[in-house]
Amino acid sequence: MMPNHHPAEELLLDYATGAMDEPLALLVATHLALCPLCRSEVARFDALGGALLQEVEPVAVSDAALQSMMGRLEDEPEAPAPMVETGDPMLPQPLRGYVGSPLSEMRWQRFGGLSMAELDLGGTSVHTRLMRIAAGMAMPQHTHEGNELTLVLSGGFSDARGHYLCGDVAATDSAIDHRPVADDDGECLCLAVTDAPLRLTGRFGRMLNPFIKF
Amino acid sequence: MTQRAQPTSEAARADELVRAIAQSRDRQAFLELFRLMAPRVKAYVLRQGNDPSTAEDLVQEVMLTVWRRAAQFDSSKASAATWIYTIARNRRIDVFRRERRPEFDPNDPALAPDAPTPADQALQSRQDAESLRHAVAALPPEQSEMLQQAYFEDMSHAEIAARLDLPLGTVKSRLRLAKEKLRQALEGVR
Repeated sequence: MMPNHHPAEELLLDYATGAMDEPLALLVATHLALCPLCRSEVARFDALGGALLQEVEPVAVSDAALQSMMGRLEDEPEAPAPMVETGDPMLPQPLRGYVGSPLSEMRWQRFGGLSMAELDLGGTSVHTRLMRIAAGMAMPQHTHEGNELTLVLSGGFSDARGHYLCGDVAATDSAIDHRPVADDDGECLCLAVTDAPLRLTGRFGRMLNPFIKF
Repeated sequence: MTQRAQPTSEAARADELVRAIAQSRDRQAFLELFRLMAPRVKAYVLRQGNDPSTAEDLVQEVMLTVWRRAAQFDSSKASAATWIYTIARNRRIDVFRRERRPEFDPNDPALAPDAPTPADQALQSRQDAESLRHAVAALPPEQSEMLQQAYFEDMSHAEIAARLDLPLGTVKSRLRLAKEKLRQALEGVR
């Protein structure tokens, strides 16, 4: 089933050029695993890279480099590390490898019907999280000072903009005080990348905020 | 009845050379491919802001990967130049940004499968690569320059907007226009 909600075109281009930072690239690449349409689009962007590479003014490579190169052709490549598959089979690559374990073994923080587990991708200003929302539950009202991208991995949720199912990407910015509601028929699992601290608004938020560090 | 051979374009030549390497580990073919592509990969690496001494190391690593993985090259999916571009892109992210590049795995059982491709896809791809190259050369300068910044200078849309002191919307529409022009040029061939 083809997703209906895709990352904006400019995100696909930033991914293809390699200019995108790793957390967002992880989300885009995992969407690509679930979306043949966007894979074709990124393949076209890659082809543009190939055309630009052919058109670029070449820079002479030294003879030494050429000699060294020809000498290395007979080198044995390093044996690849044995592939031990420890990831959760329900997740596609590359997310499966980044999580690296079954979902049940991650450190989940629970807030009622909402659970979150953070993935450490090294930065401090961008947060990469897996989120699980219980069936039928509304996420606490929240806003972001920045931007958030959410990729649905299983189940679904609705907000003011639409209904999101497996493979769909929802984009929100600080202008929206959105309230995603998980579908009734099961838990919703998502990958969310946010570039700003989450602020819970509404009654629930005011209660929780002193106690949680997002 | 045999057709008179068309002059081989550089793009088609690169494809042939990779196939020769894949079929028989042809060192002459590799040497020719190196002469063709290594100076372009070097230009790409230098434009990313890296110093010349590390640039040649990176070029060698990219071309060594081409030598080792030639059997994985599928000319029906992309041109050799595109394939080499993706190898160079991934390697410079690894070496210079010291980050992983997240990628889907085409052999992943969890991957949503591609729609089946038509039988004439391979021929189309080769014509496309040449047409694309001509179309890129024909772009208006401000579109061409912005594409260069995106692909060769490691700049996201937001970074281009900041560097050129332009609204983000202007950057998005200019790059979208460039893409549209290229798409139209390709559709003119079919």
